[in-house]
Amino acid sequence: MIEFVLDGRSKVNTYVQLVQQVKQALRVGLLVPGDRLPKVRDVAQSLAINPNTVLKAYRELEIEGLAEGRPGVGTFVTGTLAGDSLANQADLRTELLGWLRKAQAAGLSDEDVTALVDTTIRAARQADALQEEPA
Amino acid sequence: MRGQEMEHVLEAEGLGKRYGARWALRDCALRLPTGRIAALVGPNGSGKTTLLHLAVGLLRPDAGAVRVFGETPYENTTALADIGFVAQNTPVYRDFTADELVRMGGKVNRRWDATLARTRLAQAGIPPHTPAGKLSGGQRAQVALALALAKRPRLLLLDEPVASLDPLARREFLQSLMGSVAESGTTVLLSSHILADLERSCDFLVVLQAGQVHLTGAVEDIVAAHQQLVGPRHHGEPIDGVATVVRARHTDRQSTLVVRTDGPVTDPAWTVHELSLEDLILAYLAGSDTQSNHEAWGVAA
Repeated sequence: MIEFVLDGRSKVNTYVQLVQQVKQALRVGLLVPGDRLPKVRDVAQSLAINPNTVLKAYRELEIEGLAEGRPGVGTFVTGTLAGDSLANQADLRTELLGWLRKAQAAGLSDEDVTALVDTTIRAARQADALQEEPA
Repeated sequence: MRGQEMEHVLEAEGLGKRYGARWALRDCALRLPTGRIAALVGPNGSGKTTLLHLAVGLLRPDAGAVRVFGETPYENTTALADIGFVAQNTPVYRDFTADELVRMGGKVNRRWDATLARTRLAQAGIPPHTPAGKLSGGQRAQVALALALAKRPRLLLLDEPVASLDPLARREFLQSLMGSVAESGTTVLLSSHILADLERSCDFLVVLQAGQVHLTGAVEDIVAAHQQLVGPRHHGEPIDGVATVVRARHTDRQSTLVVRTDGPVTDPAWTVHELSLEDLILAYLAGSDTQSNHEAWGVAA
């Protein structure tokens, strides 16, 4: 069983934070298929959050095929994220290191790099969103 | 899971209440969907208590109507069995102990879950045989909540339940409330002027200001539809993607706008920032304030 925590200063939606924590636990193998997720009631009470938020997070995990709700029993882990993505991360990290050295050589400070990454992610997401629903 | 039998548990249409010449609540339109935890927000004197008292039939409307489960509570008291109400400052009979209050509740209510109340009180660490008057404010609030929940209400109305509590007691109260509601599926309407806790606990919002509903809807939709824009001095010309300007602040060359959007704001002159629920509510409350002050003083805003 895992215990959820909330980052009070984070701007990330509460239900997204819960989803991310389950995914993180799946990535590092803290949760495996068959494990039960904490009861909605218990999460709502311990974090003093709206039970609908917990339900929404669990529904999201169901949609992504990572969990399954069994009426009257609870929500159980059915998928896994361990393995592939960890290996991918190692490759990506190596590439990123190479890119970071290039950025350094080009005179970018750490802050410049972070800003560049942030704005690029945002621009890419915006472009994706525009493609999905043309105005 | 959470109740689905009726779409809206509480509906108000043109609802108004007058004290003498002053309208405490005016032309109030509101629909609270089933299964929500709704926050009723507004400064002191904005009509929150009046609205709640109308909903539990303690007051008779002077205009319009309020319906709870399709009934008008002032005329038809059968609806009251399904409503739990915790009044401001969580009053309980101070000479009675929590245990006595639970037993008393069983005598005056048709539906009464004493086990639920005792379980709640035990979890909250309330001593059973201490007179309520000798309990702390936080403990008394827990007693009032446990008693309201023992009715197994389908709608729970709470008037400023956490206003007078210290931060720890406030957190404990909200934990109890969220845990109970998760179990029972009760729809909740709670008034508060403490905005900080609301974003976590509430998924529906009603903003009252000077007796009128300024904003209402699902929190998720409201947050998604508002943004803060920072850009060059704005003189009221339309901006692509902006439906209405909620609040505008200006320096001689820069403007900061809180806006309701109807599409993406893509004009590169404007930097777009996300708004927290708290900032958004404050923008609505401050926005209308400035306007009325300027009118009252006869100067341009």
